[in-house]
Amino acid sequence: MYGRKVKLRFLFVVLILLSLVFSVFLLLKSLDENVVYFKSPSDVKLLEELDNKKIRIGGMVKKDSIKISNQDVNFVITDFKNEINVTYSGVIPNLFSEQKGVVAEGFLKDRSFFEASKILAKHDENYMPPEVKKALEDK
Amino acid sequence: MFKIFEPNKIFIITSRAPKYVLILFIMVISIGLVEALFLSPEDYKQGHSVRIMYVHVPAAWISLGIFSSITLLSVSGYIFKNKNFFLIAKSFAPSGLLFNIIALVTGSIWGKPTWGSWWAWDARITSMLILAIFYLMYLVAWRMYENKDQVLRVTTIITIFGIVNVPIIKYSVDWWNTLHQPASINLLSKSSIHTSMLFPLFIMTAAFTLFSLLIFLMKYNTELIKIKNKGLDRL
Repeated sequence: MYGRKVKLRFLFVVLILLSLVFSVFLLLKSLDENVVYFKSPSDVKLLEELDNKKIRIGGMVKKDSIKISNQDVNFVITDFKNEINVTYSGVIPNLFSEQKGVVAEGFLKDRSFFEASKILAKHDENYMPPEVKKALEDK
Repeated sequence: MFKIFEPNKIFIITSRAPKYVLILFIMVISIGLVEALFLSPEDYKQGHSVRIMYVHVPAAWISLGIFSSITLLSVSGYIFKNKNFFLIAKSFAPSGLLFNIIALVTGSIWGKPTWGSWWAWDARITSMLILAIFYLMYLVAWRMYENKDQVLRVTTIITIFGIVNVPIIKYSVDWWNTLHQPASINLLSKSSIHTSMLFPLFIMTAAFTLFSLLIFLMKYNTELIKIKNKGLDRL
């Protein structure tokens, strides 16, 4: 139906696209560690050595773990397998609360203790009016 | 095969249609804005800042959609040697870039009160910034080259490189840990946005689509006038 040249051009585009997809795939595969925005507490457990670099840790704020004293905020980040204690002093984002996502940026003191210099609240993909949320909780 | 794309016939449509599209756009965006800013409920967690979603999400969708269309048009134009496809692609690009920038800026405004940060170098946001750079490259390439054949080849190559980034944007939130939340609306499963909030979202998407169509018609009309002035009656 189409001429030989049309078919050849089509093949050419497909080949360019395929080679690009493969190279980008390999590139991202090798960058994997750096593409992630934060590590989970389980990733931290698996770290071979702790260096003094700034890292980000993310997960859920454990229920009943937020303790506010003087100027410090202490809480526990959990991924439901492992936990990490975080201490922080500074401004807390509005959406920061228990059983919600959080990303803390700072330095690891040891495998279960983290000193944060910045806290970001991570929110989930659920959106609903307050009444609906209440109805769901009452169920 | 592409008889329908004869400039003279299409020119009659592109020179008259913008008026009606503009009226329709004003109507739809008025409904959309009233719904999004006043009638829709606030979020249980985010309060009123959820209203930024009604601009942010449709803008991101449209910018991805337009880039995909541009790629499809350029590649088909290259394979079938149809210059008109390139002109259609070129005329779509400015609104794509505009909505890409709107998505980035509103995302930033939304990020500050919710996450606590204007910007984060996470996979979703960075890949969206890369898309904006591809849009810029595409538009700059059209202005850069005098030689017609060169323009067509260079812009096609740019779209082929750029399209690889589009699935990365879509799946970045699933493949890596990101600060950006995962997708709420899925073709196959139930959406995690309450129905009362979906309505303004879709109206705003329709409004932005109409706006892109409007800009497209005006840009495309200009391209056709340029061809007419050169004294060519076909592409």
